Amino acid sequence: MTADAPGTDGAPLLVLDGVTKSFGAVAALRGVHLALHSGEAHALVGENGAGKSTLVKILAGAHAPDAGAMTLDGQPLRLRGPADARAAGIAVIYQEPTLFPDLSVAENIFMGRQPLRGLRRIDTTAMNRDAERLFQRLGVRIDPTRPARGLSIADQQLVEIAKAISFDARVLVMDEPTAALSGVEVERLFAVARSLCEHGAAVLFISHRFNEVFDLCHRVTVLRDGAWVSSDRATDLTVDEVVRRMVGRDVASLYPKQDAELRDTLLEVRGLTRAGVFTDVSFSVRGGEIVALAGLVGAGRSEVARAVFGVDRYDAGEVLVAGRAVPAGNPGRAIAAGMALVPEDRRQQGLVMELSVERNATLARRRALSRLGLLLGAAERAEARHWTRRLQVKTSRLGAPVATLSGGNQQKVVLAKWLATEPRVLIIDEPTRGIDVGTKSEVHRLLSELAGEGLAILMISSELPEVLGMADRVLVMHEGRLVRELPRDEADETSIMFAATGQGATA
Amino acid sequence: MSLTDAGAPERAAGNAPSDPGRQRRGLTERLLAVRELSLLIALGLLVLVTTVRNDRFLSGQSVKDLLLGCAILVILAVGQTLVIITRNVDLSVGSILGLVAFATGSLFLSAPGTPWPVALVVGVALGALCGAVNGGLIAVARVPALVITLGTLYAFRGIDYYWASGSQINAADMPPSFLRLGNQTVLGVPVLFLVALVVVAVVGFYLRSYRSGRELYAIGSEPAAARLSGIPVGRRVFAVFVASGAFAGLAGVLYAARFGTLDAAAGTGLELQVVAAAVVGGVAIFGGSGSAYGAALGAVLLTTIGSSLAVLRIDPFWQQAVVGALILAAIGLDRVLALRVAARLRGRSAHGA
Repeated sequence: MTADAPGTDGAPLLVLDGVTKSFGAVAALRGVHLALHSGEAHALVGENGAGKSTLVKILAGAHAPDAGAMTLDGQPLRLRGPADARAAGIAVIYQEPTLFPDLSVAENIFMGRQPLRGLRRIDTTAMNRDAERLFQRLGVRIDPTRPARGLSIADQQLVEIAKAISFDARVLVMDEPTAALSGVEVERLFAVARSLCEHGAAVLFISHRFNEVFDLCHRVTVLRDGAWVSSDRATDLTVDEVVRRMVGRDVASLYPKQDAELRDTLLEVRGLTRAGVFTDVSFSVRGGEIVALAGLVGAGRSEVARAVFGVDRYDAGEVLVAGRAVPAGNPGRAIAAGMALVPEDRRQQGLVMELSVERNATLARRRALSRLGLLLGAAERAEARHWTRRLQVKTSRLGAPVATLSGGNQQKVVLAKWLATEPRVLIIDEPTRGIDVGTKSEVHRLLSELAGEGLAILMISSELPEVLGMADRVLVMHEGRLVRELPRDEADETSIMFAATGQGATA
Repeated sequence: MSLTDAGAPERAAGNAPSDPGRQRRGLTERLLAVRELSLLIALGLLVLVTTVRNDRFLSGQSVKDLLLGCAILVILAVGQTLVIITRNVDLSVGSILGLVAFATGSLFLSAPGTPWPVALVVGVALGALCGAVNGGLIAVARVPALVITLGTLYAFRGIDYYWASGSQINAADMPPSFLRLGNQTVLGVPVLFLVALVVVAVVGFYLRSYRSGRELYAIGSEPAAARLSGIPVGRRVFAVFVASGAFAGLAGVLYAARFGTLDAAAGTGLELQVVAAAVVGGVAIFGGSGSAYGAALGAVLLTTIGSSLAVLRIDPFWQQAVVGALILAAIGLDRVLALRVAARLRGRSAHGA
């Protein structure tokens, strides 16, 4: 079995035929066909809501299809639960990490499959050693005995990957595994995926990053609105073609940052330091300007943003908005000074998933919308309607819980929530993480418009094309320090990665 | 980078003593150890202070009374630990204890020749049955255990009252061999306490060393993730309630043996003491962490406070306030430990990883 030219002519390893799944009145999947051959890396692409995650859940045994058949090695495959999928050799890395925070990292990896010794007791020593080996293979350093609580999202994702490769998976499903990973970690993951393919496994890779799709995958299947669109060899496709099939229309430009007139400095950060996290970080952002904070995951970018906004304390330095100092460690004062922070992790930090779209959108504006301490329902609705319309949030009704929206629309609600506070400085962490192409360019258009209106925007992003397309200036962080500042015309993939990996840091 | 070393965990190189994993205990385990150590220190201090004020506190009889007094609470707390670890709670244990205690008495009353091991088995089985009712209702109704067991707390007690209909069972109605179980000592240690020790050891060992035991932590730590990893969540939670019921049944039989005189009110209000013991012992009320050893230490500590306050001649009204303060202190300690660990982990990951 050759890895570079997997035999699509031979009998496929896993076949989905006419798989259909509905949730209530919503058809998530309509007669989807998918064939995975052993030795191939197969990309599954589609906008959010195209049905990718539902397909993953079906392969994982978490959902049962309403209609259609699955076969593995020509044998009919029926999955009654996640345990069945696992027994069949299907490993899934979910988009959202699913770890047990109280248990050790090693236990998270081997839950239900811990190595045993006499009397069927768990052999903790062997378990930790095996976990250590998995991490070595992935080239990362994570203490297997530490609790999973407090791991960064990237590290959580790495634990998930270690878990998936720890059992001899014949089919490895990866649902946006790279969203939180830095370039080096992505390369390592791909090396592991390729070695799995070489040994006859099939990899199903879901991602919104096309360079990764074309880097890793042999074939590409496109889904749109729950239906199968096409399956082709990657070499027969271009990015433009894939995007056109995903959205069913041409996307003119992915990153339309318009030039805006630069105004006065709105955000100034001087010598910000937090011991062990970041050191002596100084920069400024002017009105109308988008400044990107680039760097590898773990370089301290989000930590700087959180400190600037006052969520975390800092040991030294100061933060000024429009020339006036903002007290440290107080998000309330930061908001009052005109700052807004759209966090990296929507689910945990940005939204109350059970509350309605309306409530979430006006969450940061409760005080302004109330009289005598009582929230005015009408004012709340009017405000929410204004912003959801402006951001084109697609929701059945304003009263619908945010949890029912797609990732892109959830991100818009977070944005609406903060824009409603009429900020002068907007800090946005990974603005399009896990968002489909169509919504992505909408978010970019919005950011560009906001800058045009005079907002100062500090954007943290791990996607280089986004950084290059959107930013007027790029600040690069490496291991807690600001190592490079690049104006728009000097920034390119090489110069940013060069600085982010710490090479020529003083240049 | 070969594939073969990923799937099958090698056991060949085995347990070489030079293995680093063997020498240092994992961070997760160390945290538990610190928590239990702090309980032991608190217990030691309490005994020390009380003994300084009144040296009879450590006399043989007094220690024996103490061990006898905490045995039943320890068993219940260990059963409760199983439940709380899965992010559930069993409020019906006091009622199950009362029902089983009365059933044991009635058994001896109607069949005087029954050997005590039979009564023990019957009692445990009846407790397990009550637990199965809890577990079944939770599985079918998909309602939080708090509500279900609040309901069965009253239901089981109601059955108990209906059955007893005001009557009382006396020690004279029970065989002496059974009553001896409640008071006998082996090398000065009450049998009751030995039974409790066995329960603690077995459950503690199970929770730490067996796959299904670890799965209970996983369920309590993140139920959705537990489902996705193929853990049979429903079955495990059901089993946990059956176990908790069985331990309450065991406690009920021992209660009958110890006190001899039984009416339908036996064990009323005990459930909150049991939950308190578990929480003081470091069992997180939101599931996912804690140990049987900790819960047992919590139960011993609560019992000891009761008797040492009496020895110190402190108004018994204060006892409840002290227990309350202790629960708050325990929660505060958990919080401080969590923050310190978080700070340490942050320092670590700053160096890369």
